[in-house]
Amino acid sequence: MSRIFSFLTATRGKGRLHWTDWVSYGYLLFGVLLMFGPVVWLVLSSFKTPNELDRFPPRFLPYAQDVAEVEGFEEPLLLFTVTEGDLAGQIVAQTRRAAGRAEVVLPDDPENRIRMPAANLEAIEGIAFATENYTSLFERFNFLRFFWNSTFITVMATLIMLLVNSMAAFALSKYQFRGRTAVLLMVVGTLMIPQTVVLVPLFLITFELGMLNSLWGVIIPGAATPTGVFLLRQYMITIPDEILDAARMDKASEWKIFWRIIIPLSAPAIAVLAILAIMWRWNDFLWPLIVLTRSENFTLQLALNSFQGELQTDWPSLLAMTVLTLLPIAAVFMFLQKYIATGIASTGGK
Amino acid sequence: MASIELRDVRKSYGAADVIKGIDLNVAHGEFCVFVGPSGCGKSTLLRMISGLEDITGGEVVIGGDVVNSIPAADRGLAMVFQSYALYPHMTVRQNLSFGLENINTPKSEIATKIDEVSKMLQIDMLLDRRPKDLSGGQRQRVAIGRAVVREPRVFLFDEPLSNLDAELRVDMRGEIAALHRRLGNTMIYVTHDQVEAMTMADKIAVLRLGELEQFGAPLELYNRPENIFVAGFIGSPKMNFVAGRVAEGDRTVLEVATGERMVLPSGGFAQRPGQAVTLGVRPVDLQPVQGGTLTMQVRSVEQLGGESYIYGHLTDATPITLHSPGQTQVNMEETIQIGPINDQLHLFDTETGRTLRMD
Repeated sequence: MSRIFSFLTATRGKGRLHWTDWVSYGYLLFGVLLMFGPVVWLVLSSFKTPNELDRFPPRFLPYAQDVAEVEGFEEPLLLFTVTEGDLAGQIVAQTRRAAGRAEVVLPDDPENRIRMPAANLEAIEGIAFATENYTSLFERFNFLRFFWNSTFITVMATLIMLLVNSMAAFALSKYQFRGRTAVLLMVVGTLMIPQTVVLVPLFLITFELGMLNSLWGVIIPGAATPTGVFLLRQYMITIPDEILDAARMDKASEWKIFWRIIIPLSAPAIAVLAILAIMWRWNDFLWPLIVLTRSENFTLQLALNSFQGELQTDWPSLLAMTVLTLLPIAAVFMFLQKYIATGIASTGGK
Repeated sequence: MASIELRDVRKSYGAADVIKGIDLNVAHGEFCVFVGPSGCGKSTLLRMISGLEDITGGEVVIGGDVVNSIPAADRGLAMVFQSYALYPHMTVRQNLSFGLENINTPKSEIATKIDEVSKMLQIDMLLDRRPKDLSGGQRQRVAIGRAVVREPRVFLFDEPLSNLDAELRVDMRGEIAALHRRLGNTMIYVTHDQVEAMTMADKIAVLRLGELEQFGAPLELYNRPENIFVAGFIGSPKMNFVAGRVAEGDRTVLEVATGERMVLPSGGFAQRPGQAVTLGVRPVDLQPVQGGTLTMQVRSVEQLGGESYIYGHLTDATPITLHSPGQTQVNMEETIQIGPINDQLHLFDTETGRTLRMD
């Protein structure tokens, strides 16, 4: 803990701050604001009521007007402070408001209705988190269904992709066969083709295979990625052939060499690819949008999109679900990010 | 019985012939060393025997069976690699047990075998470590242990000591030799170091450019080299070669290229008058002598106390090395007379490089 503290407060100047300290901390602070500003704004906004979201100028923290239960009224009444007139400084509860005039009562004296200009009233507000934005996701929408769809697609697609890609990479890195370079060049060549170009043929194939509106229609077409094959191949090349020879002398089958030698030794590269795959699949929007048209198959990303209508947008739900969609991927990244660094570092050689 | 026989074994990569037809017989229990300069094909030949490299032509016979089409795993061999090739992600124990697990050995049996072998190689306290936590010598022992634990018919060693420092190499040399005595298996050992070959081998196969130059016991190769290459390769320091021609009139007289004449032993060689020959004399057999027939200009002298090396050249710049026991009176830049002190001479046909020794 003290190490973290001393790291975070490290300065160049001793005693007083050197000018480079100002520059570097200023730059870092700017970076933090740039990176975290939108996220913090998103999270705080997701706790705001629709009125608060529409308010201009916007406020940083979510506020809500205080209310009070007053005898004789079924609904809780909004509370105001009177700014002018006889009752100046008093707290009143509003019962009605129309055409710039408001009807209020004193909370202690609910029978006596007082009329005054609405301009004389100032709303009493406190910080309040509108958690109903979140609860309504579960009540009004089938959030868990979308969450399950996204999770299923992400997990299955990642597993299949790792399996297919690592087997291809093993063959391309450790076996000598005619046309190996040609195959590799084709794999790398497909990197140059943007996905949007093959969207239509891909759609037709998926349609012919009857995988439209099925989660597998999202999973299967993305199962083999040239990036993954290339990344794993480059890593596997660095595994010495003598180790494989030793395993062959040890009577290990090629399948066993793959599982017991190649996979464990490629773990850093596989971890990197796993993280990338999880992020790709989870955030994938275009392809699921094409394949999945029925709302019970929607992923979170598609559900988010459906909140944005042509005429009106359900901002509270949209913001709340965006936060919930971000959480798993942020957690995955937090736990696995150290592998990205070590993986990339060790892919470069010994 | 696990004798190994190579019958006209060949290997080519495309048009390049790497192994050009080798015939060889290694009897059961023999320690055979393949030695040769780098690029001579010795490692390739070993990998062909192991089955890791396929054979272009000829037959490899192990224990009486032609194994050309039998995969490496089923030949009953074990190999120790130059880089040790330990599985880096497994502990020493797992490294040793991997091969046994693959042939479905019962767990209890694996445990006993590992126990036995690790005690024998003194790696029993390292069993739960990973290869990266071991020193070079320890890794070497584990690599040998991995081969031993499977109880193979034949051991193959591919330059196993080349990554160790000099002192450790001498120790491990002794240990591998001791291992061979204890197990009594056939072993084939590849090295480019002729000292290793001389000290460990029952039989040495000298290879050059994919061809077998000579095959025999170490001292046989030392005493009766069949050609200039073997004569120069075996023995340290290297044998001295002096070019010359047999005198037209008298076939016992050698006219050295420098113009000097020296007498050859009367019998033993089949030289013809006028033939171009190369005389080979080992540094220990050539000494400064009063009235020696050759004139040597000394370039440098190494006094090691117990022995001395004298380096220099003849008048026609042929390099000469002398190896004398004890300390020498010869100084740098001196000109001395030298001559063979016994009849340990070798005579080769300069054109073919073959020995002219009869018998």
